[in-house]
Amino acid sequence: MKKLAVVLFSCLPLVAFAAGGGKSEYEVPAPVNLQDKVSLQNGAKLFVNYCMGCHGLQYQRYSRLAEDLEIPEELVQEKLNFTTDKVGDQMRTAMASEDAKAWFGNAPPDLTMVTRYRSEDWVYSYLINFYEDESRPFGYNNRVFENVGMPHVMASLQEELSEDEFKQEMGDLTNFLAYTAEPVRPLRERLGVYVLVFLGILLVPAYLLKKEYWKDVH
Amino acid sequence: MMGMVNRVVDWVDARLPVVDAYKRHMSEYYAPKNFNFWYYFGVLSLVVLINQLLTGIWLTMFYSPSEGFASVEYIMRDVEWGWLIRYMHAVGASAFFAVVYIHMFRGLMYGSYKPPRELVWIFGMLIYLALMAEGFLGYVLPWGNMSYWGAQVIISLAGAIPFDLLPFIDAAEAKEIGEGLTTWVRGDYLLSTATVNKFFALHVVAIPIVLLALVVLHILALHEVGSNNPDGVEIKQNKDENGIPVDGIPFHPYYTVKDLPGVIVFLMIFAVVIFFFPDGGGYLLEKPNFEPANPLKTPDHIAPVWYYGPYYAMLRAATLDIIMPAKAWGLVAMGGAIVILFVIPWLDRHPVRSIRYRGWLSKLFMTIFVLDFLMLGYFGTQPATPAKTMMAQLGTIYYFSYFLLIMPFVHKFEKSKPVPERVTGGH
Repeated sequence: MKKLAVVLFSCLPLVAFAAGGGKSEYEVPAPVNLQDKVSLQNGAKLFVNYCMGCHGLQYQRYSRLAEDLEIPEELVQEKLNFTTDKVGDQMRTAMASEDAKAWFGNAPPDLTMVTRYRSEDWVYSYLINFYEDESRPFGYNNRVFENVGMPHVMASLQEELSEDEFKQEMGDLTNFLAYTAEPVRPLRERLGVYVLVFLGILLVPAYLLKKEYWKDVH
Repeated sequence: MMGMVNRVVDWVDARLPVVDAYKRHMSEYYAPKNFNFWYYFGVLSLVVLINQLLTGIWLTMFYSPSEGFASVEYIMRDVEWGWLIRYMHAVGASAFFAVVYIHMFRGLMYGSYKPPRELVWIFGMLIYLALMAEGFLGYVLPWGNMSYWGAQVIISLAGAIPFDLLPFIDAAEAKEIGEGLTTWVRGDYLLSTATVNKFFALHVVAIPIVLLALVVLHILALHEVGSNNPDGVEIKQNKDENGIPVDGIPFHPYYTVKDLPGVIVFLMIFAVVIFFFPDGGGYLLEKPNFEPANPLKTPDHIAPVWYYGPYYAMLRAATLDIIMPAKAWGLVAMGGAIVILFVIPWLDRHPVRSIRYRGWLSKLFMTIFVLDFLMLGYFGTQPATPAKTMMAQLGTIYYFSYFLLIMPFVHKFEKSKPVPERVTGGH
């Protein structure tokens, strides 16, 4: 068992390395809390109002969002769904990707899993790191994603709010995107505990059975 | 009731020797009583195999090769319990390699490939080979960006085979053959849905059939010659008056009840990964694979999954064009590294089977070999730098030296301990 522990611990640096790689100095931890429904609801609102003109969540259904974020479906249809009339539809953007290419040089990516292919911290840091830069076509640049094609669509929001309030809002938006990346995550983690408890209990009789049988092996 | 059950068993047994088979492989298969921790990994491989087969069958009910990426997200979101089945399968692939690597290491430590167990080892190696093919094919199916670029790299290897070394083929013809071969493997001029369709067929039908047949052969061959043990003592040389090895115990019930808690502990570790770290920090599910395949967007760093790491490091370690292009040498190193494992039973000329009773030189070289293999595995997953490439080159040299120079001759330079007559320890 000692040897096994040594082997396992020697693997730890590998895991640390996997998370790293090309990290921006501006990257800070994202305030993600998937239990915070108020934050998730606010994030959904922000996404629909500020992002969805260009970015879709093509794997996320409105109905699933309604259920998981505890928003009545009628309310979702009235306040969040501006693209289709069916609550079971996926949250696709209304913008055609050919137009997007013509306007921004590149089609804005789908963001359903952006926190999984970037990271939660990256998305949060990106959102709070726009700065004014006259040399860019839309007047803004980003410290985390240099010369990004995306305009600072939250500029008006950032002007309206204090720095802390803005960070709070962007935290909610990041939290929402962490949710869409894997809607099942809270259930998965909750279930994991039960599975482990079950296996832990099962281990007791299994071990005692082994001990009983092996009594007569000398 | 029992009477009826017995009559049914008798009826079947008169037509098919089920009772005999049960005795041969379970209740009267005598295994050495001194199996230790390392002996759990054979049964664990079987557990993971069953996990892969069952979850795989359920995934095929919902996966569609032409939908690729979207199809996997459909399973993750819209299929009831689809996320759990998918995570069990994806994490299961890594678990399979983890337990198989430890299982192979066990064989290496205790000389379990030495006569009369050469065939057991060879069938095992064929399983390992089939598993590598299966893993690669399966990795392409989710059709994420790393699936795409990983497949791109591996399939291009078919074009690196130096056919022009043959006297009757010139460079232009060799290039043509290489291109034809890659086109054939892809089933298209580019990596496309045609490729995914083809890989799907191979992944869910062809390779699993081969894999299952090999597993049966591996176990049949093992049960014919009997299991080795940590002492490397042949228990069949010490039998009682009934012809039963004195150091042997029936596989069932002794090892079935011993394996049970081991399997449960394994399942607990497996569950921790599935439920709490399903992407394994980017090592089990890589970040670029959460984006759909995109021929216009190369990931910053194309890395194989961890279990191919050592071979990928050896592939990249070749940097000189001597006679053949470096890429062809890389191919030779990678292929050779796997082929050489098949002939271990004939490379190892040590008179002592188990590492327990070999001299300190054997122990030292084996420890270095393990560290070397882990180091190569690590470098295989990292972006290449001149320093890392040099370490990988040294690692590759040691890898081959271990099998070709150390294994056949080390016994001449060390003094082994006396091997006991009977196995030591009981639990």
